[in-house]
Amino acid sequence: MTEVFLDPTAELSPTVKPLLPRLSSLEGKTLGLLDINKPRGNVLLDRLEELFNSLGVKTKRYKKPTMTRVAPVAVKQQIALECHAVIEALAD
Amino acid sequence: MLVAPVIAELQATGQSIHVWSQDDPGFPTSADNVGDDRDLQQSWQLNIETVPTVIRMDNDAESERTVGWDRAEWLRLFDVPSLGASLPDFRPGCGSMSVAPGMPEKLALKYGDIALQSRRIDIGELEDPMESCFERGWSDGLPVVPPTEIRVVRMLAGTNRDPAEVLGSVPPDLQPCTVEKVAINAVMAGCKPEYLPVVIAAVEGCLIDEFCMHGLLATTWFSGPMVVVNGPIAKAIGMNSGANALGQGNRANATIGRALQLVIRNVGGGKPGGVDRSTLGNPGKYTFCFAEDEDHSCWESLAVQRGFSSGQSTVTLFAADGVQGIADQKSRDPESLCRSLAASLLSVGHRKFAMLSDAFIILSPEHQRIFANANWSKQRVLDTLTELTTRDGSELVNGVDGIAEGMPEFLKDMELSKFKPGGLNIVRAGGTAGLFSAIVGGWLASGEFGSSPVSKEIAL
Repeated sequence: MTEVFLDPTAELSPTVKPLLPRLSSLEGKTLGLLDINKPRGNVLLDRLEELFNSLGVKTKRYKKPTMTRVAPVAVKQQIALECHAVIEALAD
Repeated sequence: MLVAPVIAELQATGQSIHVWSQDDPGFPTSADNVGDDRDLQQSWQLNIETVPTVIRMDNDAESERTVGWDRAEWLRLFDVPSLGASLPDFRPGCGSMSVAPGMPEKLALKYGDIALQSRRIDIGELEDPMESCFERGWSDGLPVVPPTEIRVVRMLAGTNRDPAEVLGSVPPDLQPCTVEKVAINAVMAGCKPEYLPVVIAAVEGCLIDEFCMHGLLATTWFSGPMVVVNGPIAKAIGMNSGANALGQGNRANATIGRALQLVIRNVGGGKPGGVDRSTLGNPGKYTFCFAEDEDHSCWESLAVQRGFSSGQSTVTLFAADGVQGIADQKSRDPESLCRSLAASLLSVGHRKFAMLSDAFIILSPEHQRIFANANWSKQRVLDTLTELTTRDGSELVNGVDGIAEGMPEFLKDMELSKFKPGGLNIVRAGGTAGLFSAIVGGWLASGEFGSSPVSKEIAL
């Protein structure tokens, strides 16, 4: 005699999402630098911005309103429209 | 047995009679045509509550029914004037086996159209049901009640809501959560069906954007959801608002808070070591739920303060750390007691922090009496505490008192209150002996920056 349970989980079946194609070169590209709004994230992004700019790569800065929530759709859309790739800095 | 001769009389008149028996298809011997309903399928489908029940069928459809032995009623149905002439006029009959406690849900599962959507998981004959729940990662570390179909069906009887109703998306995986999934997790937490509406409201509450459940789960800070229940349902389901209200021993308090955490774990996928990154956590992350003692309070309840009526039942959720006790056995006037409470409130998060965490004071009856005797309103107490916990920024900035931690330098010339406006709340709970109250501090990320307390009406 077997028992039957009802699954308490969301019954996720993992889907494999392919990564977007990587950039083969940074030439002529714009990189987004996303600050999650937690202390010292800007330290890393400032340095990256300096390095990329010295290589002639354009950067644009973005910031989440608070690190406790996911980025608002508007911020994500703006990055997608304005950049070829994005770097998000965690913090602490 | 009483009606056995009546059945014989009816057959003698040539009426077409079919008898269904719930326990012995060989009885009554006087009947020619006795169906075997020991599996109670007919009884369930015909909605029988009393035996005997007589149903008159015309063209395969029920036209009339009567229950028990009521001679006048039977005569109305059968028009045989001598029917049961030797019997008493009335006997009420007995309860049908199909409505014995626990049986309707079993029969509904077997013969009804209950459409539970969750995946069925066969547990092997040699598997221990409790252990199999641990092995599948469904437990918070304590044993859970195995979520069998029958238990889930019984749990769902606690709400009028459709099992398929989606309450929202539970973080961190942002998975849709149905009433059915809440019921399954409520079973595992050990809830009774009558607690389910409270659990559903708590889940709805934690999904309100202002509560910021995703961040609350993910933070390295201690906090987790604390659930305060207000209104008539708290007493109806036997919640504890008195002695040891924040402690162990009351099933409703213990299992409602636990069910919410299990929903976050199992539906949302939020687990320690995964997205839950708490440095230390706190014991309230197993369960943290209690009722406010409204009956004996001299003030409006938390729910009324938040805009509900006293007749409404509500949950209020707060992103809470653990419980910090405050002893004050000597104050006899509200001014002194406020100074005592304020001194302890300053330590929430860090003594040099301001405007970061919110806090709840769980005020005991003996402490509240001091305010009641002096006719102080709750608002007056809150205003006094706000005043007493407001300090000069210069005392709090980084480095002051030889402590590197503190508020940013640019705040040094400002007056800083410890809590944001509305960030301090008071509820009454606890036993009648003890000049002790509790502070429940909250997540450092409060308000728009993180989590605000949220309330939700409990819908049955």
